[in-house]
Amino acid sequence: MIRLLAMRELRSLFAVPSTWFVFAVLQFILAWFFLARLEAFLEVQPQLAQLANPPGVTSIIAAPMFSTVALLLMMLVPVFTMRLIAEERRNQTMALLLSAPLLNRHIVLGKFLGLMVFLAVLLAGVPLMLYSLMLGTRIDQGLMLSNLLGLLLLAASYVALGLYISALTTQPLIAAISTLAVLLGLWLIDIGALADNSPWHLLSPLHHFENFNNGLLDSGDAAFFVLFTAAFLALAIKRLHNNRIYG
Amino acid sequence: MQKTIPEITLAARSLKRRFGKHQVIQDVSLELRRGEVLGLLGHNGACKTTTLQMLTGCLLPDSGDIEICGIDLLRRPALAKSHLGYLPETPPLYRELSVNHFLTFAARVRGMKTADVPAALALTRQRCGLEAVGKKTMATLSKGYQQRVGIAQAIIHQPAVIVLDEPTVGLDPAQIRDIRSLIRELGNHSSVILSTHLLGEVESVCDRVEIMHHGKLIYGDTSAHMQEYGHVSGFIISLRNPPEISVLAGIAGVVNVEQITPNRFRVLHAPDNNPSDALLQLCAQQGWQLDQLTPLQATLEEVFVRITDAEPAATGEAK
Repeated sequence: MIRLLAMRELRSLFAVPSTWFVFAVLQFILAWFFLARLEAFLEVQPQLAQLANPPGVTSIIAAPMFSTVALLLMMLVPVFTMRLIAEERRNQTMALLLSAPLLNRHIVLGKFLGLMVFLAVLLAGVPLMLYSLMLGTRIDQGLMLSNLLGLLLLAASYVALGLYISALTTQPLIAAISTLAVLLGLWLIDIGALADNSPWHLLSPLHHFENFNNGLLDSGDAAFFVLFTAAFLALAIKRLHNNRIYG
Repeated sequence: MQKTIPEITLAARSLKRRFGKHQVIQDVSLELRRGEVLGLLGHNGACKTTTLQMLTGCLLPDSGDIEICGIDLLRRPALAKSHLGYLPETPPLYRELSVNHFLTFAARVRGMKTADVPAALALTRQRCGLEAVGKKTMATLSKGYQQRVGIAQAIIHQPAVIVLDEPTVGLDPAQIRDIRSLIRELGNHSSVILSTHLLGEVESVCDRVEIMHHGKLIYGDTSAHMQEYGHVSGFIISLRNPPEISVLAGIAGVVNVEQITPNRFRVLHAPDNNPSDALLQLCAQQGWQLDQLTPLQATLEEVFVRITDAEPAATGEAK
């Protein structure tokens, strides 16, 4: 059932032209950024060669690229999560799901997984471009994998938050703006707290992504993402249940 | 269909529901048998939609219970809902999908096995007259076709109970006729409950009618009985060469004569003494030149108004 709902979500996403438009523009931006980093690397390569322990191609091209994608996600995710539940409500299609033999968690998880698969397809270009570097040089597999895992967890936490906010309203636009506001807020808290050990840093998903970005796998960061995602998914399920109670 | 499905397909007992301070549904009980079409009749705002939402599990009642094919909807929702097909007021269409994709999704989400879907899809498209539009995107369909797709998604999994919320709203007369005959046909195998504020709809498709007023069921009977309710004995007669009105009133058995136009009269008589034979003889003898003689039929409108007026002013406003 969850897979069926996820497939429906994907089919609907790919049926609208705006998805393809975002898809194309994003690939263009990512490719541009990748080539710019590559050019910068080629320029500094002679100087790097003189260093005793120079940073590798992965940490000069891949790591900044992943951290840019992490920032881009903050703006991308609300655009896609806004439709998840708010639009079903507005188009009255929610009644189909509510009267079907589905549990609330099927609905929430189906939508969550559908969008995660979509984001994976949308951002698949990033690792593909980076792995193309293997044609000319060796890349740091560990750093790549830790970045990919971090990006996946970060996206999951953003999608869960967006899904919950989308479940609160009937207006997709309000859901998008609210999600963006919350994500920006979490980011601003992080960059606004100047002290390194300030507890405010701990609230921000982007802060927890930094360790992954540097190739450091910290179970604490992973646990934060898992808890963050699970909490908002649970809230969304609860919200759908309340919907049947309060109408 | 299957023998295992019990005779009573839908039973709701003393449903209550409030929104905030308003008690909108007060003690509604319904029963529906296989092969029956039940009309839920009421003015706009009589809480028909709220009742149907509760029957389909979209909204939980504050108290009372609902059984679908003997399965408790509130305790085992997933199992009970697989016997249910629901068309809400606005057909729930994913506008960006094609008709075929959408109906396949609707069948699967209602728990149909993948292998059974193509046959069900073909049958449903044929029943709902959707053969020609299978590959079209639903956003491009006309209102009538969208409504048909809405009905198709409610019946594709061959549920025992079909709930239709105002299925003919916004359709042209030919489409209304098609959909009514489809509902009649569905009523042969399943139980259908449909809400409407059109009395003609009840007259033409429903076996039984429940009248809802301000969140209460105030009258329930077969729709044939309902027409007898407040039956009038009388007829309308047109004469090309009419006599004085007093002559007509003088015929034995006539209670009251009213002149509608110079040539048409409404004649009321006692229920057990029909004067039409005597009147026809007089017509022939006196050369009144009879044009037409139509028995008076109490319309559902009149019955409905009579029943709802008899109900004392409502205690709670509709939602």
